[in-house]
Amino acid sequence: MVTVLYPIMEFAMLSAHFWYPEQYGKHQDKTGGIPLTKPQATRRAFICAGTTLAGATFIIGASGLLVPAQAQGLAPTPTMRGGANNYLPGASVVSRIGGGGFIMSGTVRRAGDGAPLAGIRIQIWAHTTEGYESDQRSHGATLTGADGAFSLDMPQIIPAFGQAHGHLAYEGDGFKTVFLRPIMANSKDKSLSAHFVLQPV
Amino acid sequence: MAALRSVLIWTGFAAALVGPIAIAATSPLLAWRGPIYIASGFAGIVALALVLAQPLLAGGTLPGLPARPGRRLHRWVGAALVAAVAAHVGGLWLTSAPDVIDALLFESPTPFSAWGVIAMWAVFAAALLAALRGRLRLSPRIWRFGHKALVVVVVIGSVIHALLVEGAMGTVSKAVLCVLVVAATAKVLVDVRR
Repeated sequence: MVTVLYPIMEFAMLSAHFWYPEQYGKHQDKTGGIPLTKPQATRRAFICAGTTLAGATFIIGASGLLVPAQAQGLAPTPTMRGGANNYLPGASVVSRIGGGGFIMSGTVRRAGDGAPLAGIRIQIWAHTTEGYESDQRSHGATLTGADGAFSLDMPQIIPAFGQAHGHLAYEGDGFKTVFLRPIMANSKDKSLSAHFVLQPV
Repeated sequence: MAALRSVLIWTGFAAALVGPIAIAATSPLLAWRGPIYIASGFAGIVALALVLAQPLLAGGTLPGLPARPGRRLHRWVGAALVAAVAAHVGGLWLTSAPDVIDALLFESPTPFSAWGVIAMWAVFAAALLAALRGRLRLSPRIWRFGHKALVVVVVIGSVIHALLVEGAMGTVSKAVLCVLVVAATAKVLVDVRR
């Protein structure tokens, strides 16, 4: 049965790649903390999405080589498709969203030189065990530390609209607004990360 | 022997329709969804089950249900399928409008949304073609080709849509239902040339 399904799924992945080429590979870089935006990264996430393990290993290896090259003139993170869905501007800074138990983390750096940005407010929301994305109680914000890193305890994210995903937003003075929509590799994961490279205005 | 075969086919058919719905009803995800979201998810599962029933009814494949009464039922089930798809999309719209708008505009980050939307329009078009059959005055051969072509889009679109979604359906029962949908459609498309 699996062998019957594979061509179908592979076809689906291919078509997804065709329709949303820029959409893949901008999330969940757990290695270097730098969102991967090169074409190779696109290919990497596309293959990771479910076709061949061997291909994924090969491409991850290849994308690792890109990281040092990118550090020279760090490109700003573009807003992801659907990233702003159910955004409620102005979520207040909280020590935890609801009962917590799930960690959303990441880094914020400046485009160009890649300098870590401290005191940046990142807004976070998702469909969790405690509410819909559109519920006010599902929203909260946190500030980056001196190293540009942020981390917020929040309720467990669960699959919604077919995919376990979170939403993050940077909106404020000094940098261009960015909305991210990282996808969980496994919906049972207890954490998710997303990284911002902000473009000064 | 024929009776046993008939019992087995009907039992299998009923299990293929009811099984995935029953398994989805036990999904832990339902605990974190409101009634509208749950109902719209199940409308989608029902729609997929009806997509399995449709070719079997049209082709007279089910024992004891020949093509002529089968096709009368096929029309009613077709109407129910349109209603189920409308309930699926409408319920999701009420749950999270921006996600559905993205999907309908083919701007969604999730590839399965586009497949679902393509399948939706093909379902509506196939139903419209059936409803207007008398008025369109197409030759039977042309009409059948159009209806079949739309059905192929429905089946491919909805199967890929379902397989890529992580939702209330059980992984195995969903895969089995999808394989059955493809197999039943392929068999009837090949068999029925009248």
